[in-house]
Amino acid sequence: MSTASNATATDAATRKDAVTTVATMPYLSVNNIEVIYDHVILVLKGVSLEVPEGKVVALLGANGAGKSTTLKSISNLLRAERGEVTKGTIEFKGQRVDKLTVNQLVRMGVCQVMEGRHCFQHLTVEENLLTGAFTRNVPRAEIALSLDKVYHYFPRLKQRRGSLAGYTSGGEQQMTAVGRALMAQPKMILLDEPSMGLAPQIVEEIFEIVRDLNGKEGVSFLLAEQNTMVALRYADYGFVLENGRVVMDGAAKELAGNEDVKEFYLGLSPGGRKSFRDVKHYRRRKRWLS
Amino acid sequence: MTFFFEVLIGGLLSGVMYSLVALGFVLIYKASGVFNFAQGAMVYFAAITFVGVTEFDISPWIAFPISLIVMVVLGLVVEKVVLRPLVNQPQITLFMVTIGLAFFIEGLAQLMWGANVRGLELGLQDVPLEWVSERWGMSISKFDLAAAGVAAILVTSLALLFNRTRIGRALRAVADDHQAALAVGIPLQQIWGIVWGVAGFVALVAGLLWGSRNGVQFALTFVALKALPVLILGGFESIPGAIVGGLIIGATEKLAEVYIGPMVGGGIEGWFPYMLALVFLLVRPEGLFGEKIIRRV
Repeated sequence: MSTASNATATDAATRKDAVTTVATMPYLSVNNIEVIYDHVILVLKGVSLEVPEGKVVALLGANGAGKSTTLKSISNLLRAERGEVTKGTIEFKGQRVDKLTVNQLVRMGVCQVMEGRHCFQHLTVEENLLTGAFTRNVPRAEIALSLDKVYHYFPRLKQRRGSLAGYTSGGEQQMTAVGRALMAQPKMILLDEPSMGLAPQIVEEIFEIVRDLNGKEGVSFLLAEQNTMVALRYADYGFVLENGRVVMDGAAKELAGNEDVKEFYLGLSPGGRKSFRDVKHYRRRKRWLS
Repeated sequence: MTFFFEVLIGGLLSGVMYSLVALGFVLIYKASGVFNFAQGAMVYFAAITFVGVTEFDISPWIAFPISLIVMVVLGLVVEKVVLRPLVNQPQITLFMVTIGLAFFIEGLAQLMWGANVRGLELGLQDVPLEWVSERWGMSISKFDLAAAGVAAILVTSLALLFNRTRIGRALRAVADDHQAALAVGIPLQQIWGIVWGVAGFVALVAGLLWGSRNGVQFALTFVALKALPVLILGGFESIPGAIVGGLIIGATEKLAEVYIGPMVGGGIEGWFPYMLALVFLLVRPEGLFGEKIIRRV
């Protein structure tokens, strides 16, 4: 157990160094965006973040902080929910992408895996995966190759390839959703809340695959997570969102060691239990200072 | 016994006509999860457009592609103007929209071509096949047989489209989950455009066959109502279901009329299919071939 945690610690340390060296040329950069839903509801109030090439970046925060909205404004799924990026820019590989359609963006290599899996319930697992290759106009053989690759990463899906996705377990559905995104041969996956409703063991399994994909396929990840502890363990870098603003960012290891993060998101506080009133006051002060 | 088979075959063949209308519903339901109330209006619009065009002394062979283009354009316009702004809205909203659309299309059809009843001659006579009546003493309509042939071709090609092609898979994906389909890069607009275009084509075929049998008149919009029990029996998502449902409805309504009818004073053909559908709803709400309602606990 202890050796394992040591290994991850050194891992994170080396990756942290890597972050600082490549941070000069961001792969994906979100610059001070403001998002308004239904023309009236201001959800993001100037969010900026960067994802370097080949890194895993975590987006942390409580319910309603704006994590999903941030991901959706990058993937341009926002418009379908009557949301709109009113200020700021989003760039991928140095190119403005905030006015593109989802289809164009997927072709460029940015693919979102939505919160709550969203598998096509009445399609088989394999058909689900094949829909992911919709944007690729390549011969069938090449698509079959990608399919094999997905089955290589998710052997469980191969066993269940013929069953309707609606009848598979939550973990299998999450794998199907990630696998489906992989079929588009993405360079960057926006992963929204992969741990939602899954047993801790399955969560670990999925994050292991994320790490694998990141290492072997060179796919960059931006993942929104409420499960701060797990996310920081697998990420290189993290951003903390609160009320539609980025209130903190840093290397994953630093964030995991940060007293405030520990208290707010991991439920650990140095002075044992405090009265609710104190906590509230402290949090309020902290929130406006940051 | 010969009489029984004559009724049965006549019923099955007329059932095919219901299937043709039901197909249009299935297409749109499959791809957008919307029950398209305007399908009947589209059938009427297609038939009257065809007749209207032929009235300019244009041969039917040219009138057909012209009306096809009109129907496809209508479908594309509906998608662009009506459906596109409603992505991700609840199903009931979309359903209400199609009701409005039905009124609009009916009005548009009458505005363009007038409201009077016209005849439609396809060159297919509704007369019995001679060799069949000579050999077995049964009368099987030539017209019905031709309609069945057309339906068979349509169904086979649509089933292949849905189950074997990339576009078909995308269509089913869109039906299941708009948002997820969008997220994997399936352009909803394009898909819906295709579906409404194909639905327009099916409406045209159904409109021509029904129109040549009953005359092209406003009452064509009501054939859509006959498609309802077919859909309930066959399942809303299934193309083969539409066919099997149509056959069952056609056969049972004719047989019921002939054998049960006299006991209750006749005239049960009109309501028997609906009763059958009602019973079916109690026993198997998803229909014979419909997608299983997936419940996970």
